[in-house]
Amino acid sequence: MAKKKEENGQPTMSTQDAQKSADQNGQTDLPAVDRVPVRKAYKMYVGGAFIRSESGRYTQVAEAPGLSTKENVCRASRKDGRDAVKAALGAWEGWAARTAFNRGQILYRLGEMMEARKSELVGSLVNGGLSRDEAERETLASIDRAIAYAGWCDKYQSLFSSLNPVGGPHFNFTSPESMGVVTIAAPTRPALLGLVGSILPVIASGNTCVVLASEADPRTAVVFSETLATSDLPGGVVNILTGQVKEVLPHLAKHMEVAALDLHGVDGSVAKGAEESAVINVKRVRNRNLTAAEWYNAEAAESPRWIERFVEMKTVWHPAGQ
Amino acid sequence: MVTTEPKESAAKKPANELAIQFGSAWEYAPAPETPDHVKIEPRYELFIGGKWQAPHSKKYFDTISPSTEEKLSEVAEADATDIDNAVKAARVAYEKYWSKLRPIDRGKYVYRISRALQEKARELAIVESMDGGKPIKESRDFDVVQAAAHFFYYAGWADKLAYAFPGRNPRALGVAGQVIPWNFPLLMAAWKLAPALATGNTCVLKPAETTPLTALLLAKIIEECDLPPGVVNIVTGAGATGAALVGHPDVDKVAFTGSTDVGKRIQKAIAGSKKKITLELGGKAANIVFADAPLDQAIEGIIGGIFFNQGHVCCAGSRLLVEESAAPAVIRKLKDRMATLRLGDPLDKNTDVGAINSKMQLEKIRELCASGEKEGAERFSAPCAMPKRGYWFAPTIFTGVSQSHRIAREEIFGPVLAVQTFRTPEEAIEKANNTMYGLSAGIWTDKGSKSFWVAQRLKAGVVWANTYNKFDPSSPFGGFKESGFGREGGRQGLLAYLEVD
Repeated sequence: MAKKKEENGQPTMSTQDAQKSADQNGQTDLPAVDRVPVRKAYKMYVGGAFIRSESGRYTQVAEAPGLSTKENVCRASRKDGRDAVKAALGAWEGWAARTAFNRGQILYRLGEMMEARKSELVGSLVNGGLSRDEAERETLASIDRAIAYAGWCDKYQSLFSSLNPVGGPHFNFTSPESMGVVTIAAPTRPALLGLVGSILPVIASGNTCVVLASEADPRTAVVFSETLATSDLPGGVVNILTGQVKEVLPHLAKHMEVAALDLHGVDGSVAKGAEESAVINVKRVRNRNLTAAEWYNAEAAESPRWIERFVEMKTVWHPAGQ
Repeated sequence: MVTTEPKESAAKKPANELAIQFGSAWEYAPAPETPDHVKIEPRYELFIGGKWQAPHSKKYFDTISPSTEEKLSEVAEADATDIDNAVKAARVAYEKYWSKLRPIDRGKYVYRISRALQEKARELAIVESMDGGKPIKESRDFDVVQAAAHFFYYAGWADKLAYAFPGRNPRALGVAGQVIPWNFPLLMAAWKLAPALATGNTCVLKPAETTPLTALLLAKIIEECDLPPGVVNIVTGAGATGAALVGHPDVDKVAFTGSTDVGKRIQKAIAGSKKKITLELGGKAANIVFADAPLDQAIEGIIGGIFFNQGHVCCAGSRLLVEESAAPAVIRKLKDRMATLRLGDPLDKNTDVGAINSKMQLEKIRELCASGEKEGAERFSAPCAMPKRGYWFAPTIFTGVSQSHRIAREEIFGPVLAVQTFRTPEEAIEKANNTMYGLSAGIWTDKGSKSFWVAQRLKAGVVWANTYNKFDPSSPFGGFKESGFGREGGRQGLLAYLEVD
């Protein structure tokens, strides 16, 4: 972008305008501008803060389909992955200790923030390659998913728990608890609905997560993380890295503080490698490869089974007597 | 019984200074269970496709009694060819019979197994104690009873799966490959087979190489129950046999109970496959005793927690965390109680502590205890006479144990307790959770709110509050962290063998 400015020798308007002008008038003869737009740096979201990769690396993506202008997206490193796990681990105890009602309110607040930033999310998906109709459909489905999981936060326990009729004078019950830090490799598409739909069931039960965002549309993950940042979600509960799954996932799969892996459509050899590395601390590995249609099927995708995959069942015994 | 608090650590006091001195007044006359009517065949073949088949390798290995070192029988060693035959038989049985049965009829077969176990309870208990070394009072009152109860419980689920997971279309997986340990041979077979069969799967089960006999008697029972051929296949062998089973490409589900080390190897071996897996692995449970606990009850719980089944229990309370102010009294009472434990003939109904399951295990226990002494912990072993033959290890506790000691970190799987102290509940939780394991834990306190507060914070799949080592078919069992994943028992235990929406 800076390079382009130098070539032009004058500031541009929005990139689209500049593109149009360039097409019509050639590079050296641009119309005067009313205002120079402010561009956005797309940072990763770790520990409640927006950060660049410690590695200083970035990937360039077209600002929008068909445009030659590029935007820079951070390319996460192994160290970024470790930092994100540290943030997630630090946030776990507090998040899991929140009341279920409070977690539900925060996820509902997330839905509110997404609704408020609807046009921004739609715009980002359009820039990521979707038609406006597709982008709107995906955004609305994502918002609804947040509302659906907000409701699950204080209800799945009643469905998964049991009072067990043991053959003796004991009070015995089983209830679900969070596992800890879950590493999520989000699906490539749908970039937003898949991201939201994979994060929500993981955090609804008190887990925290490190998410490797879609490589097809990483910017939408960043825009989404801005809704997370304004939704009262404690920093570190969701950490979103942009970059290459095949580069970062193998390190996270080996990380001793990661309790589980949630792999969405991860390439076969990368997934197998991650499953093998997961053995180091007996990580729970879940593979989930849904089609776009399945992500949009609310009844199936909002099933509590997705929460059930990342809870541990704890059984408590106590004698009953005088 | 205990008169005074000790003025100093009693760790090094010889046995004759223990508070309880019964002398000859508390000698028990032998009360042996007679094995007369128990018939152990000289040789057992593989149970595949409803038939007893000689192994492809033509090899057999001995199974001995760890309490006498005498050979009881010899059993077939299954190789990859036998495993392939067994998996094929299970597949055919699944396609042809088991998946076509009405669920309630499937349940009836499982009920039959439960009933037959009850009818043959006595001989099963005797053989279990002979082959594994555990006291008859445990095999008789715990192992066999629980095994029958487990089949009975899951039999009833067979026709009710749609209610267990409403709207989620529960369906069987297919063929389950199951590998079980030597500490509760029959009970572990029940934990594996009962839910798998009730949910409509067929099974290939490999018992541990040191304790194959009760699983083979169970195969006989299953044969007598007229289950369709191949629904249950029982193949004996050692590690290579197990590896062939879990690695077989036509196995849909792998269930393993055993060490964390082997569990990790299995998890790795099936990485990238579509097999479903549950692992029930090792543990290093903290048994936390607060100063306000009912101490005499707690002592019984601690004793049962670590010395039940010679400590060959994955959820054994092998780390005792005592609140510092109560530690002298607890340690004193513990030693006194240990002095009354009767070690010896597993078939004697008075026996509390039986034989160590194998020579290899005995050596492992000795090695870890030696490391405990070397690292500076103080050892106390109960004064008891050891039989001349067989594998024995006296109930032992270590005091002055620090968090870094191997005996505080590694699973000993023997009658050895590491004692540590704490000052605050937070410290107790910190220490209890400071382990790669997360299978179970114990809490002893008279304060209800505290027991639940602690239970919520312990990273363990089973928490016993003011009790220990309690099991029930309706109560889910399984670990957090490196103690494995998946649950056995209860409605939750069905999930290990079902695909659900």
